[in-house]
Parts: sequence; structure tokens; C-alpha cells
Amino acid sequence: MTDMTHTALAPRGDFPLLAANPLLHYLDSAATSQKPQTVLDAITHFYGTANANPHRGAYALAAAATDAYHEARETIAQFLGARDSDTLVFTRGTTEAMNLVANAWGRTHVQAGDEIVITALEHHANFVPWQQLAKSAGAQLRIAELTDDQQVDLDHLASLLSARTKVVAITHVSNAVGSITPVAEVVRLVRAHTSALLVLDGAQGAPHLPVDFDALGVDFYAFSGHKLLGPMGIGGVIGTRARWEECQPWQFGGDMIEWVHDMDSTWNVLPHRFEAGTPNAADAVGLAAAVRYLRALDMTAVRAHEVALLEYAQERLAGMDGLIVYGPPADARSGVLSFTLEDVHPHDLATILDQHNVCIRAGHHCAQPLMRRLGTSATARASFYVYSDTRDVDALVHALVEAQRIFAPVDA
Amino acid sequence: MSDLQELYQSVILDHNRKPRNFGPLDDASGSAEGKNPLCGDQVEVAVRLDGDTLSAVKFTGSGCAISKASASLMTAAVTGKSRAEVDVLFERFHALVTGRLADAEITKESLGQLVVFSSVSRFPIRVKCASLAWHTLRAALENGDASIAVSTE
Ligand SMILES: Cc1ncc(COP(=O)(O)O)c(C=O)c1O
Repeated sequence: MTDMTHTALAPRGDFPLLAANPLLHYLDSAATSQKPQTVLDAITHFYGTANANPHRGAYALAAAATDAYHEARETIAQFLGARDSDTLVFTRGTTEAMNLVANAWGRTHVQAGDEIVITALEHHANFVPWQQLAKSAGAQLRIAELTDDQQVDLDHLASLLSARTKVVAITHVSNAVGSITPVAEVVRLVRAHTSALLVLDGAQGAPHLPVDFDALGVDFYAFSGHKLLGPMGIGGVIGTRARWEECQPWQFGGDMIEWVHDMDSTWNVLPHRFEAGTPNAADAVGLAAAVRYLRALDMTAVRAHEVALLEYAQERLAGMDGLIVYGPPADARSGVLSFTLEDVHPHDLATILDQHNVCIRAGHHCAQPLMRRLGTSATARASFYVYSDTRDVDALVHALVEAQRIFAPVDA
Repeated sequence: MSDLQELYQSVILDHNRKPRNFGPLDDASGSAEGKNPLCGDQVEVAVRLDGDTLSAVKFTGSGCAISKASASLMTAAVTGKSRAEVDVLFERFHALVTGRLADAEITKESLGQLVVFSSVSRFPIRVKCASLAWHTLRAALENGDASIAVSTE
């Protein structure tokens, strides 16, 4: 057995929901993470001390709100390795971020005959916006296929790249099977063969891996706060200044304008140009508290913790009859255990596990194109985070054995 | 019996493993396809009507044990019934799995083998699994030979 204690990286006591439910084994952090008290406090503190509409109102309280929002942007941008914090545009999350890029850059740059390259791993959030953009522009959607262990097939990806490629949109980490994209390799290939916009879906990257945007070499990096200990409803997209300059505003209204004439308008500067309307300042402040919490844990340690749990789980599950685990080996996989168990449908598994206080996700994980390629309609997925420990894994294994027992054929 | 044992009792597991009336139906007078987009369950129900009598019902598709067993037990329960009788059974089954059927009516006499689904109401997330085939049957009956998509969402 791997040398490992029961301890989580982050104390359960820091997370009110986990503290209140000591028997709960929450193994669905890839869907959304639990929130530490410090995040809840930060949100309450904003509303209790600094609540006013940011960027509006010439009084001290409004300035406090503006400052809090501004500081949150700096903290989060810094955490993700963007020195120029104004290149971080807040959105509701990754989904809205991808729609932003597809609209703000895609609509003015992708034309008939062009090609958009995505992969078979993509979450619908990084699939459908490009599929629909291609459809409306008369462009061609190309899908990079996968290796036998569900990693992006880099040779196939390379074969799709050409001067016609206008966008390459690819996930940093797959939510469905955990595969980690070798970003440096992808950047090298894309830059060598195209002048395409390179967009990374960081919804599962930012929470689980150290991210250094300035060193990555991609054009846009999208993420969701709720998957990295932050509140729901806040996330964002970091872009290079050069690429932001190429974008057109996609939502119109307050805050994003500079001057509104009767028949036309001019636009505010980055990042405000792409943040129309009253911003979600309170949740941005909450997310800043979340990244401070993660920074204190250290993202390298977060990654190491998840790898250790994955390896522990693999050992505990080794030899289980009829178990198929998807995705690459632990060193190329995030803390995701996506699997099927022969004769037990994932949906039934989830119900049985739920009765044992083990929360897992069963379904297509918003990745139907991937499920088609796996030849299944659904998998069961357990996913780990900073508060997960080996007891969670033990409970999972115990419940899986129980499920197998319930579904075992009765000998005639 | 624990809730789980009741949900996954032997009749349900047996119909999951060996679904009855599974496969395509020759000379179908109507069919419909039902999908639960949430979990990917998919079922196609084909019916043959002789006058007002449902002389044959078969299904194909894939899904969890609850949805498969429900489709299987449904085909057995409705074959030979009139449309009106099927409607009554549908309503009773739906009331059963959504927890709206009076205890006194949850009996083998009133429900036949469908009584094995009585614990589904304690698993609200699974109600759709149990009712997918029934919604699809109803669509197949209402739509003649048109193949339509039913969603329980
Ligand atoms: C890889 C990936 N991309 C995109 C998304 C969409 O994120 P959100 O629903 O927060 O917008 C998710 C999460 O569901 C995800 O895991």
C-alpha cells in the first residue's frame, strides 16, 4: 500500500458543509467543490461593509466596492500567473467565457472556408459554442481524436492544423476522464502550423494544477470559480492584450461603454469593455478568498495530494472484477476516477453509493461526443480535491463491493 | 429490508438481467423513442393494436436497471389490455412512483407485479428512470406510427 495517512490536505473543519456532515464522502468535486468558511466570510464581509455598485457613485462606499472588486481581480489574476490583471475578464464561469471568446473574437475572425479545431475530450461548454460558430460562419469543425487511454492524439491534432485553422480550442484537463493536455506540446504544434487563436478550457485545470498564464503561451484561458473552492456564478477568462484588442464587445450596456451618442457608442477599456452591467463583485471577492486559501495550500501540493489519492484508489481497486477505469495513468491524469462496473449501470451505482453517503457523478459528464467514442452512454466518476482523504476512497471501494454484491447473478 | 434491498429486489434485478419482450416488433402499429438526457437512458417502445386491444408491446434501448426493469415489467403488464385499461394502469403506476398512491392501494391486487416499484418514490432522483418507458408507451399509442422523441425532463 502507498505510504499515506488518512489526512486530507485541507482540514474538513474548514468546510462548513463537510464539518456538518462528518459521514459524507463528497467525491464530486469535478462538478463543483465545497467552499471553505473563509470564502463564505469574504462574501458576507463584502455585503456587510462594502456593498455599493462598483464603478458608479461618487461616494466613499462606492469607492470601497470598486476597490474590493479591483483587488479581487488582481489576486485572482496573480494566482493564475497573469501579471497584467486587466487582461482578466470576469464571467459567470467557463461556459460564459467560451461564449464570450466565440462571439467577441470568433464572429469577426472566422469565415466561410476556415476551420475550427477542438478535441473529442471537450465538455459541451467548449464544444457547442465552436460547433455553432462554425455552422453560422460556414466554417468547418474538425475534431482531434484520442489515444486508447483518452489522451488527445497529438499526431492527429497536428494533421488537422493548417493555414485554414482559425481557432484551436482544447481542454486543459478533461472533466470526464481526467486526461491532462500536454499544453507546451500543443502550443508548439499550433504555433508551428497556424496563426490560430489558441483557447484553453481551464475549468478543471485551474483548480487542480499550478497555472502560469504568462508562461503557457496560449491566447485565452477560461475557468470557473465554483470548481476551485469559490462561489457559483463567478469565473473568467484571461487573454493576451493583443488578442483582446482583436475582440469586439459582445454584450452591451452599462459599464462597458465610454460614451453613448444617439446613433453610436464608443467602448470602455479592458477589462470593462467585456463586462457589461453591474458586476458580480461579491462573488469575485469570495473567489479571491478561495485562491488565497489555495495559494496557502500550494498548488504543487494540491496536485501531489490528488496523485497520491489516485494511486491509493488504483491500488484498492486493482483486481476488482469487471471494473474498467478510463483515462491515462495517474501522472497524466487529474484527480478523476471515471469508470464502469460490468453489469451495474452507473446510475444504479450512484444510487447505491449515495445510500452509503458516497457522492459520485453518473452520466455523460456533459461530454456526449466523448461517451460515444468510449462506446458507452455513461460512466461513474469519483473526483478528489483538497479535503478528500483515503477514508473517502475506502468508503467508495466498500460501496462498490456492495453494489457488485447486490447485482451479482443468483446462481440458478 | 433496507431501502436499497427494496429498490433492487430480485424481480427488478431479474428483469434487468433478462428483460422480457426485448427486441424489435414486427407489424408494429406505432412506436416512440424516449430519452432521459440527464443520464442518457434511451428506450424505444413499439406497439401493435388489434382494434382497441394492445396485442403486442416490445422495447429496445439501454439504461439503468430501474429503467430496463420498468420497461420489461410494463410490457408484461399492458399486453392484452385495452387503451383505457392502459391509461388507468399508467396513472396508477405514476402515482405509485411519485408517492401519491394511498398505502391501501399499494397491493399486488391493484398493481400486479408493478408493486415492486413501490420504493422508487423514496428515491426521487430515480422516478424518471421508472417512468420513462411508460411515457414512451403513451406516445407510441397516441402517435400511430410516428416515431417521436419523449423527454421526461
Ligand atoms: C472541462 C469543463 N469545461 C467547462 C465546464 C463548464 O463550467 P461552468 O458550468 O462552470 O460554466 C466544466 C464544468 O462543468 C468543465 O468541467
